[in-house]
Amino acid sequence: MTRLLSILTIVIAIIVIWYAGAARMNAQWEYDQAERADKTVTFMEILPNTMAQERPILPAPHQVAEELWKTTVEKKVTSKRSLLYHTWITFNATFLGFIFGAGLGILLAVGIVHNRAMDMSVMPWVIASQTIPVLALAPMMIVVLNALNMEGVVAKAMISTYLSFFAVVVGMVKGLRSPDAMQLDLMRTYNASGWQAFWRLRLPSSLPFLFPSLKIAAAASLIGAVVAEMTLSQDGGLGARLLNGSYYGQTMMIWAALIGASVLAGVLVAAVGLTGQITLKRMGFTR
Amino acid sequence: MSVVSASDLSLTFETNDGPVHALSDVNLSIEAGDFVSFIGPSGCGKTTFLRVIADLEQPTGGEITVNCVSPEEARLKRAYGYVFQAAGLYPWRTIGGNIRLPLEIMGISKAEQADRVSRVLELVELAGFEKKFPWQLSGGMQQRASIARALAFDADLLLMDEPFGALDEIVRDHLNEQLLALWARTEKTICFVTHSIPEAVYLSTKIVVMSPRPGRIIDVIDSPLPKERLLDIRESAEFLEVAARVREGLRAGHSYED
Repeated sequence: MTRLLSILTIVIAIIVIWYAGAARMNAQWEYDQAERADKTVTFMEILPNTMAQERPILPAPHQVAEELWKTTVEKKVTSKRSLLYHTWITFNATFLGFIFGAGLGILLAVGIVHNRAMDMSVMPWVIASQTIPVLALAPMMIVVLNALNMEGVVAKAMISTYLSFFAVVVGMVKGLRSPDAMQLDLMRTYNASGWQAFWRLRLPSSLPFLFPSLKIAAAASLIGAVVAEMTLSQDGGLGARLLNGSYYGQTMMIWAALIGASVLAGVLVAAVGLTGQITLKRMGFTR
Repeated sequence: MSVVSASDLSLTFETNDGPVHALSDVNLSIEAGDFVSFIGPSGCGKTTFLRVIADLEQPTGGEITVNCVSPEEARLKRAYGYVFQAAGLYPWRTIGGNIRLPLEIMGISKAEQADRVSRVLELVELAGFEKKFPWQLSGGMQQRASIARALAFDADLLLMDEPFGALDEIVRDHLNEQLLALWARTEKTICFVTHSIPEAVYLSTKIVVMSPRPGRIIDVIDSPLPKERLLDIRESAEFLEVAARVREGLRAGHSYED
């Protein structure tokens, strides 16, 4: 109850600040209009208008809500004007990229933990890969992948993979190395092979480390998909909506797409989190 | 036939602060069916010696055989079960699953696995707990489960590294009694590391008193106590005599000095 109340307080504060900002930022346009018509107006007179402009600099919350309603409930999901249609496109690239990223991350981590050469050589590159701004890299990668006749959704998923595998590598390496010396000694007293120790000890021990990494990977994967869609905007998706919105000054469209993206991110992260909770509970890690 | 035979065994760790003599000129022979306790202050090499028997550490000098072969060969033949200070049960496996772990690794058939699990659970008085997870058991019960795990593959030698060190004294007394009963029933050879004098004297047929810097054997005491012992024996004159000799050995090894 207290938690709900504190969340609500913040939400209300944001909305109040948002309205104040909208009035302040959109007022200039109203003043200019009045000047052209040779009229003098007071701030109170134009206040209602600042909340109802067609192309406001900062749309008011209710305008964004209206846009969301129009593009989700009132449009068919197959329509190119439906936000759900574009969210679905983004989800596809995000999900595919997440699966690739998780798979690549786990494989690299297994290699790093079991192979000294990989431990020394791969990790610096993994870290370096994340220092390159993805915004600069994405268009080049898309162009190259397109030239290789790769399908759009796979090309976009590659950007998602690029962003999401990092968290999985880091978490999984830590997880695979989490068994202590005693547990490794125990395996040695059984004369267990490396594979047996991996399947029976290292892999199960790594799961509590893997799931938090997967949550981060899911969010990163979505960012990758959105960035990729800005390059491949003809295919649609939330990224394309953001781009088109800013081309045509459709600020309401941008804000609606932003909210769509954050809701999608929230749902994905929550889904991964829930899967993790259920898995760890069923395995007996948590009571 | 000696189960463990060490002659002039030494082990030196090279550290940044110079060499550490964990074991120096250790001569010892352990016969089949012995219950041997290793006692001494920390740093005396008692755990290191146990780990050398288990092929978890490599000696830097001298000879040691386990079941008449090198420790490595003995380990590859799965000649011993090792019980660590912490139970170290896998939280994601049930008690039964934990005991099955070595059996799975050793490729023992499913039917045989089930058989052995129920047999060793009975030995450590945990029958009926097979399907419970470790967190549902008390610390003492978890340690008993880890003993069951070490017994499951029927090695004749049981190496125990302060297995009851983290438990309170009442639980410890009870587990000591149970361990003696188990030893009597299974006729295994047990090497037991401890730093409790009463525990060492109560359990052992042979007590090895050790001292640090360098880690060495000060005294080996063959206990005059009968094989069958109740907890009350700890008030007997014989018991106190042995305990006094252990303490004497520790003092001679400067174990009571800083």
